[in-house]
Amino acid sequence: MSGEKKYITDIGPPHYREMVHPVLMKNYGKWRYHEYVAPGIIKHVSMNGDEVYMVRAAIPKIVSVYFVRELCDIADKYSDGYVKFTSRHNVEFIVTDKNKLDGLLRELRERGWPVGGTGRSLKAIIHTQGWVHCHTAIIDAPGLAKALYDELYDYFVRDDLPGKLKIAIACCLNMCGAVHCSDLAFVGMHRKPPVVNDDIVSRLCEIPTLVASCPTAAIRPAPEKKSVIVNEERCMYCGNCYTVCPGMFIHNPKYDCLSMWVGGNAVAGGPPEFSRLAIPYLPNNPPRWPECVQAAKKVIDAWIKNAKKGERIGDWIKRIGWERFFTLTEIPFTDKHIDDFIFSLPTFRTTTQFKWR
Amino acid sequence: MSETPLLDELEKGRWPSFVTEMKRMAAVKPYSKNILLQLERSYVERVTHWKHGGIVGVRGYGGGVIGRYSDLPPEVMQTPEVHTLRVAQPAGWFYSTKALRKLCDVWEKHGSGFINLHGSTGDIILLGAQTASLQPCFEDLISIGFDLGGSGGDVRTLSCCGGPAFCQWSCIDTLDIYHELTMELQDEIHRPRFPYKFKIKIAGCPNDCVAALARADLAIIGTWRDSIKIDQEAVREYAKKGVNIAAVAARCPPQALEWDGKELRVIPEDCTRCMKCLSALPKAILPGDDRGVSILLGGKATILQGAFLGWVIVPFMKADKPYRELKELTRKILDWWDENAKTRERVGELVYRVGMRNFLKAIGQPPAPQMVYAPRANPYYFWSPEELEEVK
Repeated sequence: MSGEKKYITDIGPPHYREMVHPVLMKNYGKWRYHEYVAPGIIKHVSMNGDEVYMVRAAIPKIVSVYFVRELCDIADKYSDGYVKFTSRHNVEFIVTDKNKLDGLLRELRERGWPVGGTGRSLKAIIHTQGWVHCHTAIIDAPGLAKALYDELYDYFVRDDLPGKLKIAIACCLNMCGAVHCSDLAFVGMHRKPPVVNDDIVSRLCEIPTLVASCPTAAIRPAPEKKSVIVNEERCMYCGNCYTVCPGMFIHNPKYDCLSMWVGGNAVAGGPPEFSRLAIPYLPNNPPRWPECVQAAKKVIDAWIKNAKKGERIGDWIKRIGWERFFTLTEIPFTDKHIDDFIFSLPTFRTTTQFKWR
Repeated sequence: MSETPLLDELEKGRWPSFVTEMKRMAAVKPYSKNILLQLERSYVERVTHWKHGGIVGVRGYGGGVIGRYSDLPPEVMQTPEVHTLRVAQPAGWFYSTKALRKLCDVWEKHGSGFINLHGSTGDIILLGAQTASLQPCFEDLISIGFDLGGSGGDVRTLSCCGGPAFCQWSCIDTLDIYHELTMELQDEIHRPRFPYKFKIKIAGCPNDCVAALARADLAIIGTWRDSIKIDQEAVREYAKKGVNIAAVAARCPPQALEWDGKELRVIPEDCTRCMKCLSALPKAILPGDDRGVSILLGGKATILQGAFLGWVIVPFMKADKPYRELKELTRKILDWWDENAKTRERVGELVYRVGMRNFLKAIGQPPAPQMVYAPRANPYYFWSPEELEEVK
């Protein structure tokens, strides 16, 4: 007989029945309506009249176990030992006793956790890990997110923007964040082809997979050295080869940069839209990326000034046209803005009907 | 003199700082301090100092742990192993503080103490553990009821909105579907064997709060087939309070609402379930009763053939427990993709390459006008030999 305990795997996540606040469980599937009480506070009312207040606060992307325990202390005190997180990584406290709201808000204020992010406000920024974890990160998304948040703080704790403002940041073209469908987004970019390290390629990489990884067929085998050659003119610096093979070193701090994208959205009320290129080059300038923050500010200011109530950035641009967008924001339009990769034809203007400015 | 002058700049300002959080761990764990110092160095040099992943993991699993090593020499980075564990979150990101505290204790014991709540796909991210800590950390996680999520060429950790736990719009039991599908696919999540990643997200209504249609290979979105339900008394109540009901009707994209000053009427066959009127008048309008899901396929970010938005492959399907039809369809799609895709080809790219015609045949779904904005505008379509016999 072995004294070893059984090796357990594949238990899956904890069951939601043990994780959901009992009052939410009691009214499960029986909710009647919700209403906005104040920025960051939504009241949910069930068919039998039960009321809960969901209080939304922002937390940094990287936190310590101490922070999580503090969060638990607050939840034990004000929301009966239960919390939830939103799909944009805010925390929500579930308050069943209205009299506890003021205390909770005071405590969150004292700790400096912003309460907001509901209705027509800045939503929490969706972003990637950056230099704290990732080998393909060109920029540090957590740092840029913090710099943007400091500048746009008021838009999170108020709800008087023309529409929702969803921002995303991706450290590289792998785009682990929701950059392709956000109102405003930044992406870390390379501007030089990879430098092939024949030794690493020949030892660690599967050549056919590496050749196939290139979307523009810029990589071909070099059998004599068990490596590959890059046709540099065809390379569009996507970095997919580096993801597949560490011998295709593509980081180049001297030339790496950021790009800014606008007008995407992924919700109902009309077909979703992709984010489109606004600024092809912004310097990678840590620790606070001032050029990126100012570029975001410029677009957001123009949107606030010119949009109708209810219009997100993409709705606003659709109404006024891209030619007017570039006029109003004073962003220069360049050859980089005209698609020459794939699916480009539907973006070409096939009519004489356009605005002059 | 601070050891992290550049990162210190990110402790300024009103928004809570991740640098402050990292410093709290760095103050008690030399291992965590090493990670912080390497981050500072990246800020100075404007480049990452992580190498390509290595093969690390826990016994019996192929995914769930991301191997990570520093590229700095050992005299600079004494602890070069900084692996990450992806831990599957409970459905809808609901937690008891009891469970969260246990998680903190395990992670403080075995790792850096840095956590993301949550990562982009939805997992709890435990950021920074040495190779020797991975197995004991995993076993302790299992003992407190948590398990790993997905990574690499596997079904990634699913995610879903809070659904019926607090939202009146949820047309399906998102939490239960998340949990049931996750349990059904444990092997596919934990043992990578597919051409690339496969993401599944479940949203309770067309508002799609988890952005399933943009971010999931398989988007399961709650919807209804009959009519929205309008409480006329509540509409008049809104009108009395000064809400412009005529404007709400005018903003209906398919012009399916009519307001005569007393009654708000809907033309059900014209409604496209965009949720605009429900959002404008939450006390007065609810989804219909004949509920199920629309299923969209192919959503993904740019790598490689550009960003794809998911498109309709099943306009409507019932989604009642035990979700047999949903599970069967998921397996059919996974099998077909596994059989036919090239390395690193997402399912949407595969369908784009071989055509919806072949895909629909493989999964046994009939074509429907709901799947396209418009029929094709070119005459180059295919006939199978069987069809040629039919039209003779």
